[in-house]
Amino acid sequence: MKVGVIVFPGSNCDRDALHAARLAGADAELLWHQRPELGGADAVILPGGFAHGDYLRAGAIARFSPIMGAVREHAARGGLLLGICNGFQVLTEAGLLPGVLRRNTSLRFEHGWVRLAVERYDTPFTHAVPEGATLRLPIAHGEGCYYLATEQLDALEAAGGVLFRYAPPEGNPNGSARDVAGVLDAGGRVCGLMPHPERAAEALLGSDDGMLLLRSLVESMARREALVG
Amino acid sequence: MGRFRYSVSIMPREGILDPQGRAVEAALPQLGAESVSGVRVGRRVELSVDSSHEAQARALVERLAAEILANPLVEGWQIDLLEGGA
Repeated sequence: MKVGVIVFPGSNCDRDALHAARLAGADAELLWHQRPELGGADAVILPGGFAHGDYLRAGAIARFSPIMGAVREHAARGGLLLGICNGFQVLTEAGLLPGVLRRNTSLRFEHGWVRLAVERYDTPFTHAVPEGATLRLPIAHGEGCYYLATEQLDALEAAGGVLFRYAPPEGNPNGSARDVAGVLDAGGRVCGLMPHPERAAEALLGSDDGMLLLRSLVESMARREALVG
Repeated sequence: MGRFRYSVSIMPREGILDPQGRAVEAALPQLGAESVSGVRVGRRVELSVDSSHEAQARALVERLAAEILANPLVEGWQIDLLEGGA
């Protein structure tokens, strides 16, 4: 039962994600992006940072890293895949999640604490969150403005694909459509969000709400293994 | 075999908010340029392709534009031949 954390050149939350996955009870390993396989990982995290310098567009070049072929196969097999911040940008660029993350409407790099409403508590990423609870997590991004054309966003909402929304008191930090902060793919096994659960994994850091998401992921991974085994 | 050099001009699609263009436009009154409007900011990429046919070279550039240079969800592009060909 292992979590693989992918390291792109320019990733900078990889060690935080590794630490948080271990705190959540998983065996965890860093995976350099040049590898063609996932080292037997049962769940994969694409961490935050600035993969390939965010040149061209955030995530645009990382999408073509050698490891992404294995990530696609992992997702196609129903493997759990979580993209955090830059990792979310990579997953949208790769077409593994719908939409695109554009420059914040403020044109500023936005950082600070946000409050997240959880739209569903029945997913592999949120089942450990107490029903009705909101999450206090930090953000740090320049390109987090989620965009999807209206009809497609309607379809995503109808399919239960909007998983997290920015909520009061801080509200929406980046101008994203309908306050979307994180989405889920049609199969319910691939999730991306702009806020950083791994940076809110211990009370010492100001919040341990992020651990609810990481624990959900690790427990889902174990359950799946039990089913398969 | 010839070498063809292209420019790919990438722009935010019509109707998509362009915060960079808006920010530039907001600064123009400071330059006494109140008569300027409709500022939009894009990106230009130049590249060369070795190919025996311009049509083949252009088709490759078209594919690269759609797959990596631009994000078709929010950006459009125009390809222009700069050098090479007849």
